[in-house]
Amino acid sequence: MKCALLFSGGKDSTYAGFLARKAGYEISCLITILSENLDSFMFHTPSITLTKKQAETMEIPIIIQKTKGIKEDELKELESVIKTAKTKYGVEGIVTGAIASVYQASRIQKLCNKLNLECFNPLWQKNPFELLEELIKNGFKVIIVGVGAEGLDESWLGREIDINMINDLNELNKKYGINPAGEGGEFESFVLDCPMFKKPLKLKNKRIAGNKNSWRMEIELN
Amino acid sequence: MENGDRIKLIILISLCREKLHELEFVNPIAEIVRAETRDFEIVNYKATSLKDIEKADKIIICGTSLADFDYLKHLENFEWIKNCKKPILGICAGAQIIALVFSSKLRKMQEIGMIKVKFDEEFFGINQEIEAYSLHNLGFKKIGEELQPVAFSEKGVEAFKHNSKHIYGILFHPEVKNKEIIKSFIKIK
Repeated sequence: MKCALLFSGGKDSTYAGFLARKAGYEISCLITILSENLDSFMFHTPSITLTKKQAETMEIPIIIQKTKGIKEDELKELESVIKTAKTKYGVEGIVTGAIASVYQASRIQKLCNKLNLECFNPLWQKNPFELLEELIKNGFKVIIVGVGAEGLDESWLGREIDINMINDLNELNKKYGINPAGEGGEFESFVLDCPMFKKPLKLKNKRIAGNKNSWRMEIELN
Repeated sequence: MENGDRIKLIILISLCREKLHELEFVNPIAEIVRAETRDFEIVNYKATSLKDIEKADKIIICGTSLADFDYLKHLENFEWIKNCKKPILGICAGAQIIALVFSSKLRKMQEIGMIKVKFDEEFFGINQEIEAYSLHNLGFKKIGEELQPVAFSEKGVEAFKHNSKHIYGILFHPEVKNKEIIKSFIKIK
């Protein structure tokens, strides 16, 4: 089945695409919603313009849609861009990286239902620690590009998801209740390499901005 | 063989047409079963044999996606439910299947997202109003005589039980926000 992947460039959507491919589904295009509202309800925002580079190395066409990030307008924009994917690439299903957010998941479910598309959430309800372990096991190279929770500071920016990070997140989970999947906006990630990439991406420049427990890292790729 | 100590296997029946959907509709239930340290096997309804049912301690019939109605075309695969003496829990599409086997009727009834569900009586430890995650296009028009509705949303019946057997149906998805229901089902003696 031809599918479009709702793609933020982070670990969850990339891994969802990887699982879909592994199960024999074709990722015919990527859809990236570029929100101008940094606190978007629906979409993860940091470093999202870089998804174009990720699409290039996956050799998958990408549709990038800008949105002002106003709650209900975001959905209309998502609907129009999914319609484009349907007509342009003949997709019959949408794949997302939703894990636990019923807010995100039910809105996309409604949209797919309305547009007669299958909706796939292969990470749904997945244990966040298992997810991180699977990423490492499957050769994903993922860095942290944004943090937004107590216990996380700028020292996390640029760190790669590895066994040490899993241990640290485990501690923070016990201490502050941080969700180790980062789905609640605790942190944002960016995939530099994975089995779907023809070539790994390399960092050229980075710029850090923020304060207290809210930090972002703008990156530039080679 | 009725050796209760040996037979502790939980059979999870997948109703999914699309293999990828099993990660979403079967695996989360399998994780709850695993956390209760119980063995389980996953079988698709098209490949379920009487042997699978015989070796099971309990059976959970899982849900599928909003766009998938294929399971409704294969009711003959579920005739075993009628005479089954083992505990069976049907979730969403699984509940629809159990309802149909016991002469109920379905209707269009769409609920997507969080809903309020009110229980009329104690059901796996719940006896008040709860918030539940729902994802279905079909609900119940008429519940068969052998079944008894036990929970309702503003749109209709959300859960039922069999009059005399350990057979239950839940239209919402307890594996998302109400995992304790599945845990209690697993613990039925």
